Amino acid sequence: MKVHIDEDKCVGGGQCVLAAPEVFDQRDDDGIVILLQEEPPTDLDPQVREAALLCPALAILLEETPSGAAQAP
Amino acid sequence: MHTPETLDYPLPRDVARCPFDPPAELAAIRADEGLTRVRIWDGSEPWLVTRHADVRAVLNHPAVSADTDNEAYPHTSAAIQARRSRAKTFHTSDGPAHDEPRRVLTREFTAKRMQSLRDVVQKVTDDAIDGILTGEKPVDLVEKLALPVPTVMICDLLGAPYSEHDRVQELTKIFVAASSTPADTTAAASELLDMMGRLLDEKSVNPTDDLLSRLATEQLVPGLMTREALARMGLVLLTAGHETSANMIALGTATLLSNPEQAALLRESDDPQVAAGAVEELLRYLTIVHSGLRRVAIDDFEVAGTQIRRGDGLVLSIDSANRDAAAFADEDHLDPDSLDITRPARHHVAFGFGIHQCLGQQLARVELQVVFSTLFRRIPTLALAQPLAEVPYKTDMSIYGAHQLLVTW
Repeated sequence: MKVHIDEDKCVGGGQCVLAAPEVFDQRDDDGIVILLQEEPPTDLDPQVREAALLCPALAILLEETPSGAAQAP
Repeated sequence: MHTPETLDYPLPRDVARCPFDPPAELAAIRADEGLTRVRIWDGSEPWLVTRHADVRAVLNHPAVSADTDNEAYPHTSAAIQARRSRAKTFHTSDGPAHDEPRRVLTREFTAKRMQSLRDVVQKVTDDAIDGILTGEKPVDLVEKLALPVPTVMICDLLGAPYSEHDRVQELTKIFVAASSTPADTTAAASELLDMMGRLLDEKSVNPTDDLLSRLATEQLVPGLMTREALARMGLVLLTAGHETSANMIALGTATLLSNPEQAALLRESDDPQVAAGAVEELLRYLTIVHSGLRRVAIDDFEVAGTQIRRGDGLVLSIDSANRDAAAFADEDHLDPDSLDITRPARHHVAFGFGIHQCLGQQLARVELQVVFSTLFRRIPTLALAQPLAEVPYKTDMSIYGAHQLLVTW
């Protein structure tokens, strides 16, 4: 899964940092999201999905990478 | 035009049946059409939106405005309309008037920054509980714990003197009381703004390590924001910082005391994730902002199959959304009308949703996690000293809670 963030939409709520601290952080100078890993390991998928669900500004977009699709029959 | 069936809003709570449940009519609307016209104090008939998915969609919709100056905005009361006009700031504005001031503040309330205050919150909480344990019983938990902890924390963060907190609390009460007149709330706002303005002037000359000093030196002195705008911002932070967490602490304690098996789960675990989950569930279950988030449509759009027109008022019932089984029930956590601290509830909308979601939510989380886990561990025999139905609930306030909560141990 590939993670995209929209800094212009971000309101610095910090929900993503609580949900998936390995993937998201906030800048010290304005609280805006920092993406720590663009393609996090799949074991973090549930946390990343929760972060995207919780983001009040819908600033996190998830792109399913073709690895999953390739395994489909 | 209203039909005889149009409900008056806010709907009354049935405190005698269960002081923690929202009005029963909300569940009926949620199960039926999901949204309906309601009649509010000024005779206007905004839409009441009750489902979790719809509330989230509306709060994030580009055709929806939070601007309280819009003449079709469905205000909560005449007094709150007057107060908002006197102290208008980013949370009641759209576009750059929201984005720029909020960005000045977001860094002050980041998740990590708030987490780093945990030890301070612990100390303030322990001091308050020491005071309770060395005093007489019964004790009013609102006065001795629920109000002091968030008040000390927000005063500390802002750099506002705690010595003025009594007056600030009195004025805040006027802000949220349904019985206040527009003249009352305007006068209270003016006094608080004067207080904030004086503080900003002092911080401009003698800055210390706190939020108001940073606003003074980085915004006021270089002329980026006006003294009036900064005073309004400080005022919102100060008042929002105390009424909300204080009511959650008092009402959350009453809830846990009424659900002893849930209180036991919290008390017997030292896993911080258990306390964190309990706080999310309490936020969901209680949703103290119980008279709806207010918005206005600035363009036509559709929600739940209903056409909303430009100029329609919107009341987002977050208390209803947080009881929506479609969002909060699964095979292990059935009834959203019961408290279950193991329920995955982080997607509640108690702090709102969209760009106006509560700025101070990470501070509130730390305060509530520390207070509930410490209180039930340090006073394991804590009990209500009055029948649950006789607690004076804040049914008359725009933020729900208890005026007083007598407890013993």
